[in-house]
Amino acid sequence: MNINNIKKQFPIFNNKVHNNDLVYLDSANSSQKPQMVVDRIYDFYTKEFSNVGRSVHYLAVAATNLYENTRIMMQKYINAKDPNEIVFTKGATEAINLVANTFGQKFLREGDEILLTELEHHSNYVPWHYLRKLKGVKINFAEINNDGEITIESIEKSITPKTKMIAITHLSNVTGAILPIKEITSLAHSKNIPILIDGCQGAPHLKLDMQDIDCDFYAISCHKMYGPTGLGVLYAKKKWLDTLPPYQGGGGMIREVKKEGISFGDLPNKYEAGTMATAQVIAFGESIKFLNQIGIENIEKHESELTKYGEEVLRKNNSVKLVGNPKNKGSVLSFTLDGIHAHDIATILDEDGVAIRAGHHCCQILHDKLGLSATARASLGVYNTKDDLDKLNESINKCKKIFDR
Amino acid sequence: MDLKELYQEIILEHGKNPKNLGKFENFNKDAKGNNPLCGDKVHIYLKTDENKKISDIKFEGEGCAITMASTSIMTELMKEKSETEVKELIDDFLNMIKENSELKSKNINEDDKIKLMSLSGVKKYPMRVKCATLPWHTLISAMSNKPGEVNTEKEE
Repeated sequence: MNINNIKKQFPIFNNKVHNNDLVYLDSANSSQKPQMVVDRIYDFYTKEFSNVGRSVHYLAVAATNLYENTRIMMQKYINAKDPNEIVFTKGATEAINLVANTFGQKFLREGDEILLTELEHHSNYVPWHYLRKLKGVKINFAEINNDGEITIESIEKSITPKTKMIAITHLSNVTGAILPIKEITSLAHSKNIPILIDGCQGAPHLKLDMQDIDCDFYAISCHKMYGPTGLGVLYAKKKWLDTLPPYQGGGGMIREVKKEGISFGDLPNKYEAGTMATAQVIAFGESIKFLNQIGIENIEKHESELTKYGEEVLRKNNSVKLVGNPKNKGSVLSFTLDGIHAHDIATILDEDGVAIRAGHHCCQILHDKLGLSATARASLGVYNTKDDLDKLNESINKCKKIFDR
Repeated sequence: MDLKELYQEIILEHGKNPKNLGKFENFNKDAKGNNPLCGDKVHIYLKTDENKKISDIKFEGEGCAITMASTSIMTELMKEKSETEVKELIDDFLNMIKENSELKSKNINEDDKIKLMSLSGVKKYPMRVKCATLPWHTLISAMSNKPGEVNTEKEE
């Protein structure tokens, strides 16, 4: 599959937005879906639908095999040791809630500390916040430097003897900083602290190798990986999934249920209570295929070139201020415009078919730190081109014209 | 959709140079409004006299052109208005934005009507309606001395 021709794989680009070609620059929010993923959902519902893991009839067995096959594909995609280390959730948010809840229940006591960073998305802060009230734990934030990066020194400085968990993003959805997660994991482990990586922005763009990174938990959002909504993946080392208590109770996750007591099922069922997002899981298998067909190395190269080009174009535009200047930057270009609020920018760009996001991008802590109430953000996906970034720049100039008149 | 209708000159002018921006010492009523999805914030300060007439009104805040213009225009219009007139104007404005109805109030002149109507372009941009209505809801809260903050995400 040729990456330069990839837009053709995405049916959404056949539509016009306000009579313009769609310039989609909101992939950090959610990515568009390739035809093969869309088709898979349709085919599953029209030809193969059944619930999984319960009945013994033909359709049930076939659907169960398809469902479990995605688990194995995911295991291989992120090089996990064991397919049972892949837990399907309703999103990355649920994946992080699962860890915060079960780890908190079993291991955290009053006065224990959790270390986050100032870059975290609300979904990697709010789940831990609950433990403040519930368990009396304290939350610390490793500070960003002037370039909007988190360095290993900043993490090291913030670790105390009471730190019981480190939870950090792989790639900031605002500054684009890519964190040295392998080094931070090794630092955490040298102090016997488990580590969770919020991989929402990492997984769609970067090569993942769980055994190499060696993190304890890695949370993934499937709809940002060209997959369906309503689905996430929690990678967790088997030792944790064996040790931690179940998260939600219900059908499918139990072994035996008696009036006197209940015993729980084996992995992976233990963490997959109720009817799961079956069609989404099966269609997500196609997303992995899609990514494999292009090759993650090619994706990394393409997006890194685009990011550099986007930075270049926006730097030349005198009224644009880029937010953050990380040395190792992922496909995110957040910016402000002198005298024009981010929401006005987004509305004006939309008129040209240029879809960006404006606001605090679920990172209020970071925006407070930066002293900004809102930023505009263009974020890239596999389908973007240099032409898209030129159109972004043209539309930004139109904002200025409208506001300067 | 027409961007020029949304970003009319009058809105851009009020957005860039909002009237009544700031705070004054002897206010007797105030309220804060927050649009957490956008990051728009306004804090409205009022001085009402013994007849419940607004003798002074100012605001502090930051936000998009629409929020700033809406707050600026609103504060201009509310000075020297009685409690009843204020309520009537607020209803009139919110109905214009939300229900597409015409301005009925007899307490404002033609110039003021034009100012208010300049904000009606927002109707075509459903995601931006909250930007225009935030200060008006905040003023309701200030008038009634309700504790707590007006939050666009908790609106009924």
